[in-house]
Amino acid sequence: IQCEVCVGEENWVDSRTIYIGHKEPPPGAEAYIPQRYPDNRIVSSKYTFWNFIPKNLFEQFRRIANFYFLVIFLVQLIIDTPTSPVTSGLPLFFVITVTAIKQGYEDWLRHKADCSINECPVDVVQQGKVVRTQSHKLRVGDVVMVREDETFPCDLIFLSSSRHDGTCYVTTASLDGESSHKTYYAVPDTMAFTTEQEVDSLHATIECEQPQPDLYKFVGRINIYKDREEPVARPLGAENLLLRGATLKNTQHIYGTVAIYTGMETKMALNYQSKSQKRSAVEKSMNAFLIVYLCILISKAVINTVLKYAWQWSPDRDEPWYNHRTEIERQRHVVIRAFTDFLAFMVLFNYIIPVSMYVTVEMQKFLGSYFIAWDEEMFDEELGEGAQVNTSDLNEELGQVEYVFTDKTGTLTENNMEFIECCVDGNVYIPHAICNGQILSAASSIDMIDSSPGGYRREHEDLFFRALCLCHTVQVKEEETVDGIKRGIHQGRPTSFYISSSPDEVALVEGMKRLGYTYLRLKDSYMEILNKDDEIERFELLHVLNFDSVRRRMSVIVKSSSGEYLLFCKGADSSIFPRVVSGKVEQVKARVEQNAVEGLRTLCVAYRRLSPSEYEEACHLLTKAKLALQDREQRLAQAYDIIERDFVLLGATAVEDRLQEKAADTIESLHKAGMKVWVLTGDKMETAAATCYASKLFRRSTQILELTKKRTEEQSLHDVLFELSRTVLRQHCFSCSFDCLDFGLIIDGATLSAILKPNQEGSGNYREIFLEICRNCSAVLCCRMAPLQKAQVVKLIKASKEHPITLAIGDGANDVSMILEAHVGIGIMGKEGRQAARNSDYAIPKFKHLKKMLLVHGHYYYIRIAELVQYFFYKVLEEQLVYSTLPLYDTAYLTLYNISFTSLPILLYSLVEQHVTMETLKREPSLYRDIAKNSLLRWPVFLYWTCLGVFDAVVFFFGAYFLFDNTTFTSNGQMFGNWTFGTLVFTVLVFTVTLKLALDTHHWTWINHFVIWGSLLFYVIFSLLWGGIIWPFLNYQRMYYVFMQMLSSGPAWLSIILLITVSLLPDVIKKVLCRAICPTATERAQSNRPCLTVEPSTIFMLSQSSSRMSF
Amino acid sequence: IAAMMASSYNAKEEDGHHSSGSSHGGAGAVKSKKPDNTAFKQQRLPAWQPILTAGTVLPAFFVIGLIFIPIGIGLYVTSNNIKEFEIDYTGAEVSSPCFNCAKNFSWNSTTSCNCSVPFTLEQPFESNVFMYYGLSNFYQNHRRYVKSRDDSQLNGDRSSLKNPSKECEPYRTSDGLPIAPCGAIANSLFNDTLELYYIHSNGSSTAIPLVKKGIAWWTDKHVKFRNPGGSNNNLTAAFQGTTKPVNWRKPVYELDPSDSDNNGFINEDFIVWMRTAALPTFRKLYRIIQKKPNMTPTLPSGKYLLEVTYNYPVHSFDGRKRMILSTISWMGGKNPFLGIAYITVGSVCFFLGVVLLIIHHKYDNRNNSADIPN
Repeated sequence: IQCEVCVGEENWVDSRTIYIGHKEPPPGAEAYIPQRYPDNRIVSSKYTFWNFIPKNLFEQFRRIANFYFLVIFLVQLIIDTPTSPVTSGLPLFFVITVTAIKQGYEDWLRHKADCSINECPVDVVQQGKVVRTQSHKLRVGDVVMVREDETFPCDLIFLSSSRHDGTCYVTTASLDGESSHKTYYAVPDTMAFTTEQEVDSLHATIECEQPQPDLYKFVGRINIYKDREEPVARPLGAENLLLRGATLKNTQHIYGTVAIYTGMETKMALNYQSKSQKRSAVEKSMNAFLIVYLCILISKAVINTVLKYAWQWSPDRDEPWYNHRTEIERQRHVVIRAFTDFLAFMVLFNYIIPVSMYVTVEMQKFLGSYFIAWDEEMFDEELGEGAQVNTSDLNEELGQVEYVFTDKTGTLTENNMEFIECCVDGNVYIPHAICNGQILSAASSIDMIDSSPGGYRREHEDLFFRALCLCHTVQVKEEETVDGIKRGIHQGRPTSFYISSSPDEVALVEGMKRLGYTYLRLKDSYMEILNKDDEIERFELLHVLNFDSVRRRMSVIVKSSSGEYLLFCKGADSSIFPRVVSGKVEQVKARVEQNAVEGLRTLCVAYRRLSPSEYEEACHLLTKAKLALQDREQRLAQAYDIIERDFVLLGATAVEDRLQEKAADTIESLHKAGMKVWVLTGDKMETAAATCYASKLFRRSTQILELTKKRTEEQSLHDVLFELSRTVLRQHCFSCSFDCLDFGLIIDGATLSAILKPNQEGSGNYREIFLEICRNCSAVLCCRMAPLQKAQVVKLIKASKEHPITLAIGDGANDVSMILEAHVGIGIMGKEGRQAARNSDYAIPKFKHLKKMLLVHGHYYYIRIAELVQYFFYKVLEEQLVYSTLPLYDTAYLTLYNISFTSLPILLYSLVEQHVTMETLKREPSLYRDIAKNSLLRWPVFLYWTCLGVFDAVVFFFGAYFLFDNTTFTSNGQMFGNWTFGTLVFTVLVFTVTLKLALDTHHWTWINHFVIWGSLLFYVIFSLLWGGIIWPFLNYQRMYYVFMQMLSSGPAWLSIILLITVSLLPDVIKKVLCRAICPTATERAQSNRPCLTVEPSTIFMLSQSSSRMSF
Repeated sequence: IAAMMASSYNAKEEDGHHSSGSSHGGAGAVKSKKPDNTAFKQQRLPAWQPILTAGTVLPAFFVIGLIFIPIGIGLYVTSNNIKEFEIDYTGAEVSSPCFNCAKNFSWNSTTSCNCSVPFTLEQPFESNVFMYYGLSNFYQNHRRYVKSRDDSQLNGDRSSLKNPSKECEPYRTSDGLPIAPCGAIANSLFNDTLELYYIHSNGSSTAIPLVKKGIAWWTDKHVKFRNPGGSNNNLTAAFQGTTKPVNWRKPVYELDPSDSDNNGFINEDFIVWMRTAALPTFRKLYRIIQKKPNMTPTLPSGKYLLEVTYNYPVHSFDGRKRMILSTISWMGGKNPFLGIAYITVGSVCFFLGVVLLIIHHKYDNRNNSADIPN
């Protein structure tokens, strides 16, 4: 009994058993253990009506900044503090409310969307009848009917279709963005069902794994019980599983599909999981600055507390007769008093960590990211899409990139394949198309290089073309209205299209067609080929050994009309040649290498004749592996390995993948911008290297260092590494005197894994040497990379001691790991589906858009946010220092200072600033170097701003002190009070801070004018209004008429002007001197601007005359 | 200044409406996704792009220098023309005439202590002369002190009169009755009486008329401060049920019984005191000595006597009391600092302008020559 329980337990964990139509299995099968599954309700909302407030508040206060302000606010509530709780409570309340409203609204939308999804009608087969019900009432085991263009309500096992071949077409556009039609297959035993009664009579159970998020993997087994016989078990794979979210196409209806995963357990729902949050370098330095300020804050509070007690040591100071404490205060213990004083000082100075900065930065990032999406230059007409921003947290990181890791296929190249040639045993065949400028007629298309015995050649030729026509997973679409992206070819008869997930295959099949062999269709597992003599040949398709990136090959087993069993295999040369036993290996190899050097993608084709017994054995192996519930992948791989061997080599194909538009220009710009570009590809070295040359990653002058398996076989890895590092370092010494030639490194996957192997002796050393070599290379090409290795490379660079900022760009599913690993991941909306774009931080239509993305947008965002952060610290520090020495502003001013008087200009500045024009940035990529390594947010810069802030504060304080000291400011002899004094200093502060921003603005659009002058005007109007009336709801009227009184005084005006001038002076001088004495490239570019239109001499004369005129 | 900056108006607005217009014919999906070609969205708003270079800033510096220096000189001269006289009557030293009063001070004494301080004006004071009292080491800007008032009570609000704000503690109630005016500021009202006598050469003295009207801000006197019961003349009745601040010798409705417009909360001395000073050393306007209609100076040079009714103790906190006489110009009282600051800043700007001129020529030539080979 115990054992049974164990098994039951295990079953529970690993797999689930589903009873189709909720029918119990025939007795004796297995004990019926009812399992509980969730209903089909999709809940994407985070909150319910009841838990919204507590849960949302909890989430918000988990952010350190919010929590800090909450604490400050509570302290203000509890103890008697100089500022009213309103000053910190109001901004916090504002931030929390805005966020809560935003999140609440988003959640409400989600609720609505959930509701409409959960209530959409679904047809369920019950007791032989189709019953309409609501989606959320679906249960696991229900048999569902889906009509054309309907979306699957949950994950379903496909039982039967209205199409007689038991297939259906599905688009998974909403799941992974691939709009191509994918074929799914019904379970063979049930595909004959055509009515609901028949479906209802089915008695079967399905065993499958527990839900897991991988969209492309599914392992299950269906047991069909027929009239007390032994149940028939059939394997179920991903091709039988219809996923929630996908849509049925080109199929009238499908019957009898069984819900197996419902609600939140569907693969779509499991894929909702959000990605890990990436943080930008700017945010990190911002936090570092914040810590500095927090330290300042605490030490300020401590020092002030100590000073306070030192100062009021004598009771006359502490409690002069005119200013007594209350009795309660007096009775308090001195330690408690000191502590509350400390807290009060903390509260008093808490503005040094501005709550509004977080809001402004968030808003800047959120709003700023729209400029990327709005950019028309990054809009691709062909795709009909522009750039897409998935996270706005990393905008400024785009301006910090040091390493660019790019995929080759589909990223650098178009992934728009064109069949160029094929070679059978060394004979080259070129389809009659424009090729090298000359048109070859059909008759002369077969170019004989080698005059080998005709019969043999003939046989191989036939086999080769048939192999290419049969060994693929291409579908034929015989309709005109197929999604516009797919390439259509015009056939003689109905218009038909080849559709495949891999463009190589389409190119090959199309190429074959041009050479006279047309693949017609797959009908009832017979593949039909129209051969050169217009005869239709039929092959029975027995097995498809699918392509995978580890094996890098695929095979089919077919039975020819003559009853022969043939296995055709095509794949990368490295995965075919080791398995070849005969054939003209040398000639083919030579041709493959030659093609690879020209940058063509090559595939080798081989075949193997199977005897019936061999076929039986293979069949057995495959079936066994396919039925396995656990480790199916591994077992399949083993089976494939056994079957795919002893090949006879037929020949090779060459497909051209053209470079993307402006790829070379983009790479050149990135190089000039100081970025190191690495190409990571799964392709073979020669092809990849050719692409690199074509895209100017390697120039003719580049000295190529090879670190490949071939070399490490000759020498030990150790020697090769040391030799290379010597070469590089020697060059390094010379480079001081000579114009150095740059290095390019080529490394392959095998060598890389050898270098990175952790348990090897002295591997850390290898890693260091390797990194050292890489650092000195301008371009690195990594070929033969597995997807995970790509991520490893990125990780290796990320973890190196400079901690450079990395960017990964790719278009395919194999780039996702690298995109997720890099600091910034960019996906290209390519032809290989949308996985990369979905997982990326930014998605762009074409590689060329990367240039604008980095050089223009990245540059701008970085400049903007850097200024934003520094400016915020500056203005807060300034306010703080003045405030802490003279606690003299009105609470309303204090509250509004960060919220409205000074925030809008900097926000708008940080949205529209362009210190250099876009054209200049694009023309001169080297400007990007000016902002590399977070240069605008380093400690010296921070220190400069801090000093500036301190200087200004000192000017305000002493200026006001001496100006105000003991004198009358009005012509009627009346005196000003402390509030006038405070208002004067505050006015100077607001004007200085705003004008400082005006000085930093290089790009004055009407928005800047409006906001900067507008905010000053707003300050004045607010002050007039605030002091203009006796506010009935306030219990103090301290500001009454203060501002007007101040404005009526001449000396006050003069003092304000003087103080503003003095406090702005150092910054102007610093700017001018830096520009004159050691201008940065950016500054040069700025000053060169007028020279483009006017000749330099004229400019000089103009400036001369203007300065003379001003005298 | 805008003209002096090397500016360039980049009208970058490009007419892209054709392209967006042509896409109207395309598929709906394409049209909706295509970003609008507006100047704002494409970040191509026309903009003025000034740059701060030595060449553009230096005229500005010269201009600032040229404007500031004359202003500074003007201010300095004006400030120097202002006559100011200050005398300390604290009585901290034994030799001081008010020493006894200061020493024997007690809160409970009913008789007031008088002392006379003689002084000499070397120069005659023309035009209106303003008489101030000054206190030092008196922290009117202390946080606890500044808050300790009830503005609505002072504005004549009846409920606040009977129930003053909590901020007034510990000067809120006394013997169970609410204090009017409550709070530490009102409680510590400066209550010395100062009188000025001119001593003729024959030894006789004439009192100099001191005007107590117009020493407070007009808005304070007429809007911010109001007696309870409005214009009702019977202040005693209006303040019924309240008590005087503990340190006061007389209730608020007896501050100036002779003038009903200067009594109660709208007493100008009281209003002046209630406008707290920013710094621990401060002065407040006490009286105005109006100029005489004929050409004689308001205060001719000669000997004077300051008669002090010494009520205000400052000894306990090491404070000082002063009496200040000052004339006023358009820019207020004597304040040489402003003029000096203007002159200094103007000179610095001028000097920087010269430095920048040198730098501009030196580096601009170098840059130009460096640019030519490119």
